[in-house]
Amino acid sequence: MSRPTSAPQPQPETAQGSVGSYVLGFALSLAFTLTAYALAANHALPSRTLVTVVLGLGVMQLIVQLALFLHLGKGSKPQWNVSVFSFALLVIVILVGGSLWIMTNLNYHMISPTDTDRAIIHDEGVGP
Amino acid sequence: MNPSIDPTAMSPSSKTVFGFWLYLMTDCVLFATLFATYAVLRHNTFGGPSGTDLFSLPFVLTETMLLLTSSFTCGLAMIAAHRGAKTAILAWLGVTFLLGASFLALELSEFSHLVAEGNSWQRSGFLSAFFTLVGTHGLHITIGLLWMGTLMLRLLRRGLTTISARRLMMLSLFWHFLDVIWIFIFTLVYLMGAIS
Repeated sequence: MSRPTSAPQPQPETAQGSVGSYVLGFALSLAFTLTAYALAANHALPSRTLVTVVLGLGVMQLIVQLALFLHLGKGSKPQWNVSVFSFALLVIVILVGGSLWIMTNLNYHMISPTDTDRAIIHDEGVGP
Repeated sequence: MNPSIDPTAMSPSSKTVFGFWLYLMTDCVLFATLFATYAVLRHNTFGGPSGTDLFSLPFVLTETMLLLTSSFTCGLAMIAAHRGAKTAILAWLGVTFLLGASFLALELSEFSHLVAEGNSWQRSGFLSAFFTLVGTHGLHITIGLLWMGTLMLRLLRRGLTTISARRLMMLSLFWHFLDVIWIFIFTLVYLMGAIS
C-alpha cells in the first residue's frame, strides 16, 4: 500500500491562535484592567483587601495574555519554551521576594535607637 | 498559508523563535530586578512628592488602553500572516505602530511634565527607581517601533517571505511581552501608588 504522492502534507501543529482567541483575550484583558482601575480609583474596598484584589486581577490578566496572546503551552508536544518560562518565573520569585525580605529586615534594623525601642515595644509587645 | 513560506517559520518550536523566547525570558528577569528596586525604594521620597501626588490615573488608563489595543491588533497581523495576506498584515501593523507611537508620545509627555516640575530622577530614590523602570519599558517600546517600521518596509519591498514571516512572529512575541510588562507597571506602580 503506497501513499499517493499528491496527498497534502499534514499541517504541523502551530500555536497560531484564531481571531476568536485574540478577541476573547482582548475582551478579558479589558475587563480586568477596567475593574482594577475602577476599584483602585474609587477606593472601593479596605486598603489591604484592595491591594490583594488588584494584584490578583493583574495576575489573571497575565495568565490570559500568556495563554491567548503568547500561546504558551499550546502545541502537540511538551515544549521547551514552557520549561524556560517556569525557570524564569522561579528566578523572578526568588529575586523579588528575596530583595523585599532582606530590605525590609535591613530597614527594621537601621532605624535610630529610639525608633528601635519604639518598634520593639510596639511590634513585639515587649514592655520597657 | 502561502505555499512559498516554510510552515515552521512561525512555529514556537522553530530554533530561531525559541532563541528569541530565551532572550525574552532574560529580559523578564531584567524587569524583575527593576520592579524589586522600585518596590524597595518607593517610600524613599526624601521629603519630595510620592506616587499619590504625582500620578494621574485617567492619563495612565489611556496609555494602558492604547498599548492593550496595539497588542490585540498585532495579534490580528499575525493571523493575517498565517493566511498569507500581505495587505492585511501591513494594515494591522500600521495600526499597531500608530497605537504604539501614541503610547510613547504620552509617556514622554508625562516624563517631560515631571522633569519640568522639578521631579526628575535626581529628586529622590523613589523617582530614580520610577524613571529607571518605566523608562526601560519605554526604551523597549521605542526599539519595537523601529523594528516594526523596518519590517513593514521589508514587507512592502519584498513581500511575505520565510524570513519576514519569522521576524513577524518574533516581533509579535516581543510586543505581547511588552504589554504584559506594562500590566505590571500599571498595577504595581500606578494603581498601588494610588491606593497607598
